[in-house]
Parts: sequence; C-alpha cells; structure tokens
Amino acid sequence: MLQAPSRDYSSVLGLALEKAKNALSSKGIVFSVEEGKGFYDIIVEREYLVAGATALKEAGFDHVVSLTVTDYPKEKKFRLVYHLTSYLDYEIAGAIIGLGVEVPRSDRPSVPSLTQVWRSAEFQEREVYEFFGIEFEGHPDLRPLLLTPPVAELRPLRKDFVVREENIYEGVPKSG
Amino acid sequence: MQEGKAYVGNLDVTAKRARDILLGKVPLDKVVDWATSFSLWPVHLTTSCCSTEFAATFSPRVDGEQFGALPWVGPRQTNLIIIEGTVTKKMACAVRLTWEQMPAPKFAIAMGACALDGGLFYNSYNIVKPWQVIPIDIYLPGCPPRPETLARAIVTLQRKIRSKKVASTWVREGWRGDIEPVIPKEDLCGWAAKSI
Amino acid sequence: MVEDVRIYGGWKDELGLKVVPSKKIGKDLYEVFIGPQHPGSGHMRITVRLDGDIIVEADPDIGYVHRTMEKLGEIRGWIKPIPLFERMAIHDACNITMPYVLAVEKLMGVEPPLRAKYLRSLLCEINRIGAHLYGFAIFGVFLGHSTMYMWAMGDREVFIELAEALTGARLTHSYPLPGGARRDIPADFPDMARRAVNYMRKRLKEYEKIFLNNPVIRSRLEGVGVISKGLAAELGIVGPNARASGIGYDVRIVEPYDAYPELDFEVPVFREGDALARTMVRVEEIKQSLRIIEQAVEWLEKNPREPIVDKYLYGKYPPLHKKIMESEGRAKLLPISAAMKVPKGRAIGRAETGRGETIYYVESDGGVNPYRVRIVTASARNAIAFKYVLPGHKIMDLPAIYGSLDYFPPESDR
Ligand code: SF4
Repeated sequence: MLQAPSRDYSSVLGLALEKAKNALSSKGIVFSVEEGKGFYDIIVEREYLVAGATALKEAGFDHVVSLTVTDYPKEKKFRLVYHLTSYLDYEIAGAIIGLGVEVPRSDRPSVPSLTQVWRSAEFQEREVYEFFGIEFEGHPDLRPLLLTPPVAELRPLRKDFVVREENIYEGVPKSG
Repeated sequence: MQEGKAYVGNLDVTAKRARDILLGKVPLDKVVDWATSFSLWPVHLTTSCCSTEFAATFSPRVDGEQFGALPWVGPRQTNLIIIEGTVTKKMACAVRLTWEQMPAPKFAIAMGACALDGGLFYNSYNIVKPWQVIPIDIYLPGCPPRPETLARAIVTLQRKIRSKKVASTWVREGWRGDIEPVIPKEDLCGWAAKSI
Repeated sequence: MVEDVRIYGGWKDELGLKVVPSKKIGKDLYEVFIGPQHPGSGHMRITVRLDGDIIVEADPDIGYVHRTMEKLGEIRGWIKPIPLFERMAIHDACNITMPYVLAVEKLMGVEPPLRAKYLRSLLCEINRIGAHLYGFAIFGVFLGHSTMYMWAMGDREVFIELAEALTGARLTHSYPLPGGARRDIPADFPDMARRAVNYMRKRLKEYEKIFLNNPVIRSRLEGVGVISKGLAAELGIVGPNARASGIGYDVRIVEPYDAYPELDFEVPVFREGDALARTMVRVEEIKQSLRIIEQAVEWLEKNPREPIVDKYLYGKYPPLHKKIMESEGRAKLLPISAAMKVPKGRAIGRAETGRGETIYYVESDGGVNPYRVRIVTASARNAIAFKYVLPGHKIMDLPAIYGSLDYFPPESDR
C-alpha cells in the first residue's frame, strides 16, 4: 500500500529536465528546450535522435507515454515528439519530458525507429505510420494498426485531409 | 422389473388430433412465429460503447432473460444480432460474416444514435451505417439507450414477428426479401473503402 | 517447402480422399483467429499461433472501434469534444474527460473552486467503482463464472444510480467543464451515497467468498500471465495492471489534480504481477474509492454551497445564469462558449482513469478549435501487453489473461 504523499509536480519536473539535459550534453548532443504546460520538449536534430534516446533511457526514462505528432502544413514539417516518463526511478517518476525531432513534409517522410530503445513505442509508431504516413526505419513490424489499408492511405490525421463539420450557418445565403 | 401395463392410445386418433391442432385450430405458422419470438438469442458481437447498456439489459436489474432473450456465444446458436452503436469500416466485415453464419430466421436490432445515422460520429471517415451492412428490423434511438429501451425493443420485435408473421414467411419462402443490405460483401470485406 | 506444411483437418492421401491443407504458416504452427466476435467484450481480434496448445506468438489486431476521436476533436470547438471523448470509455465518463478538461484549464489559466474540485473527484471515484465492477462482470463472462457477471452488473447499478442522481445521466455525464463542474449535489445525495458505500463494503466480502477465494477461480488465475516489474516498465503498462506488478505509480499521486491532494487514500500495490494480483488490485481500489466517496460527501455536506465555476468565468455570467446557479446549483453554459477561444500553447493533461493513466496532449493556435488533440488512453497502452504476455501460455489461459488485463477496446481504439 502506498500512502499518498504530497508531491510537488513542478519541482519533480525541474529535476527531470536537469537530468535529461545532463544526459544529453554529456553525449555531446545539441538540443533546444521548449516549454509546455506540464512538460518540457527537448528538440534534437534527426541524426541525434537514436543517440539521444539511448542517453535518456540510461538516465532513467524507461517508457514512452505518447508519441505525439503534429502536422504543420504551412511550415512544411511534422513535429514528432516522444513523450517519456519513468516508472522505476522514483526521483523523476511521472515527470513528462519530450524528445522530439522535426521531420520535413516530403513525399515519404521517415525517421529512425526507437522501438529498439523503448518497446513501448512499438504500437504507437505503427499508429503514427498509418495516420501520418511517416515511416520508421528499422521498425520490426511496420503495418497499419487501427485502420484498414485503404483508409490508412488517406493519412487521416494530416491537416490536408479535411473532415467537414456542419455549422449553424450552413445553407444560409451570404447576402440578404 | 415390475410387471405392468403400458397404456398406448389409438395412434391414428392421436395423429389426427395433432394434425388438427397444428393445421386447423392453430396454424403451424403461428406456432413458428410464437416460438421464434420467445427464443430470440442475441449473439455476443459488441460493436461499440452501447455494449455497456447491452450488458446492463441482461443484468439482474432489467433482466432481459425474462423476455426470452439470452446472449449466447456462437453465431450458429443465435438468431438475433444487436448492433450496439457505431460500426466502423473494419468491423463491418465482421458484422456481415456473423450475420451470414446465423441460421434463418434471424433478426437485427440497431441500437443507439450511431446506428441510426452516425450520431456523434456522423462526419467521421471510418464508419458505416449498420443498415448498409445488414437488414435491420428495429431501430432504437438514444446515446446510449437506457436498458429499459433495449428491453422494449426486444418486446417490439417479438410483436413484429408475431403480427407480421416474419418468421413463418421466412421459413416458408426461404428468404424474407423485404429488406436487403446495401453494400455488397466483397466491398465490405475487401476493404474497398472508396465505394462505401 | 512442402515438408513445412502440416495437415490439419485433412485426410490422408492414400485413402483417395481430398487433402485439405491448412494455411501454410511455417513449421508446425497452427494459426487461430480469436474475435472480433467472441464471448466477453468483443471488438478485438487476436491472432495466435499455436504449437500444440501453447501460444508461441500473439498478434493483437485492434482498431475495430476506431471512431476517429483525434480528428473530430480538431473540428468541434473546445466544449463539444467533452461529450465526444466521453464515448471512449462510456462507463468511466468523468475520468476519461478529466484530462482534457485539465489540459484546457491549464491553457486558459482558470482554476475551479474547491467545491467544484470535490464534486469532480466524487464523480470520478463513483465512475472508477463502476468501471472496476464492469471489468469484473466481463471477467466473469470470460471465465464462465456467470454469478460474477450477475453480481457485479447488479451492484454496478447502485453506483450508476448514484451518478444519475448527481448528474442526471446514467453514463454520459458530461460533468466536468473547463473551470468548474455542471451541478451541485442534490439534498438527498449524501444519504444515498453513504448507503451505497455501506452496501458495497458488505458485498465485497461476499465477492471474496464466491469469486476471489473460489478454488476454481484461484487455480485459473494464480501464476497466470505474470508481468514482471521490469517488463511492465519496458512495455509501459499502466494502471492497476502496473500496480499489480509492483510499480507504485498513480497519477493521483505523481501529479495530483482536483481534490486528491486533500483527500486521504492509499494506492494498493501488489508484487506478484499475475492475473490474480491484477484482480486483487481492483478490489482494493474499490475499497479506497469508497473511502474517498465518504470523505468527499462529508466535505460537501459540511461546507456552504458556492458557485461551482471559476471566479473569472462566473463574473461573465448574465444575471439569469447566476440566478440558476444560486438557486439550483447548476452551471449553465455561456452562449459564447460555442465560439470560445483558448490562448496559444501546448498542454498535457492527465488523470488516473479506472484502467490507468490517460493523457491528452492539447495544442492551441489561439483559434476556436484545438489545433491538435492527441489522446493516449490506458487501454491503448495496455494493448501491447497481449503481444508480449500471451506467448508461453496455454490457449485456455487466454481468456483469463484477457479478462484480467481489463482491456476495453473502444477506449483503446479511440
Ligand atoms: S449511440 Fe452513443 S453510446 Fe451508442 S455507440 Fe454511439 S456514441 Fe456510443
């Protein structure tokens, strides 16, 4: 049984960020930090992704909570962030740190797969593959997970796939 | 072993009486309809979140079994399919296959707003309407419908079977013929999403 | 490679009969498709490859209930997604929408008053009990223990009734709002809640007798589907399943939200990691939830009623809305909330739902719609367990493992 201690999340988060920064800079990895509400994203260049992931795993971030991808068609890029946290390291348990990379929006966007580093990324990478069409190099089993192949080909979560929403002005002529 | 007497009636008379009951006083049709309507066994095919209320219908509070409906495992032993809400494109094939495996006469209830016309997900890219997949007898609205509503739908279906003689017509003519699903099976199971 | 094919269900050639080879899938393996139509809560397929009756490979094929929540969340404004996301885990409605509301609150910079926080936590715990009981019921179906199904489903109605008294809906409460809650407790609610709590405490003892200490159930669950602590961390298993493997992780502790910092409760953790431990965790959690309900109800009774929306938002209420709030304790939605705009930014909200941690990543570009909503639910993260836990077990253990993981497909597929 675990008694609920009062725990200050923001200090844990600060500690986790320090730890992650140290881990990355000790490997000589260049990164930039972006702040969100309740988490930090560490953005690295594509070639540092695997090395950065390995460093973070060694620093105690043992699983992927969410593989978050956002499409920015105007800037022609995807922002792909592995949101990580830790179960086993009590000091930083629960603090969410993102390891991210920006992927150009080309014909066949691809990034190296991190399934070898974090098993928990396996299904989420398959999901991103079907929804955004981003290929993960070295993924052991890259197939659509949730969708049937024809639907997956639509790449539904990209911004250029538009789902129409009815609105109250529908059918009302603009003038008069 | 004790000795005794076996009372055997006049077989000719008995057979005549049975024939009279079945064909004369109570037509066989009626027996078929009556029997079918009180043994509607829904198959365990849960398509979406309305399944929580489906489960509640067969729980002690509403007790769907009192209407003669008992959820059963395999499609081969069941004759009712209750579509519990949204049918996605991936699920549509499974629904059709299950439907085809069930012995006739068989019936379908579409439960929830999603099963009528999409409900909350009306503009989603991954759903089909159940009436495109299998012929539906009863629709019931609600999101989710209360268990009482589902119980009511089962009773309504029983009335329909008896008053319109659905089951007996089906048995006699081999196929019901009044409602047909819209999408052909190849499209559903070949995942030809574009034609759906 | 004809020698690789073993013939199942075929006849010998010498008899002059037709040979019906089964699908060729490699050496000595037999492929079985389970689902999506199967007893228990369906909507999911597992392809298992068998050697004899030992599972050597399992491939969960999920997505039968993928209803495009993330896409629809991007086009429906900020308030309308609440009832939408609720449909993922409909019997856990308050819990599953809580993280979204928390994330939007973080972006808007509003904070609900303490009374609203207590109300939300109260409903969350009622939902948690409902979700666990639903899980037990389905587990009972899986194990062929129909008494458990009947009992758990019947007792769940008690808590559904309670939620209905609080919110007006059996399942789809749409209760939390960014910056508040929808309704205050009705006058007779505390009594009802206490009676429900006492009833459930009594029932749990009976559950132990008929289900948990039942030798048949025990022998099916003990030592089956063991997830070690390391494996649980590696796979990112969440919720009761992780806590059964010795991981003391609960969002209510690591990032306390709502009234949880003020409430006194414990988080049960077991070390065994087998199916029985996963079941026991849920039983213990129900006990803790009952404690929380008692405390919350007592607090709500003792403290005076106050408006249950954020002060800033309440200031914008027109007089009629204020009157409704004061007389009935009901928060009416403002007309402008249909076209509400939320400041630019990124936020992560998370909460402990009945099945574990659910996380929403919400990104706003300052417009009337969220720019991106990424949802990772507890079941979605537990789905990977099937692939790595099932191999090595007999196929008869599959229902026990599936049921004990308490996997709910609509939640997983989003
Ligand atoms: S009608 Fe409502 S409850 Fe039923 S499946 Fe659709 S969304 Fe779910």
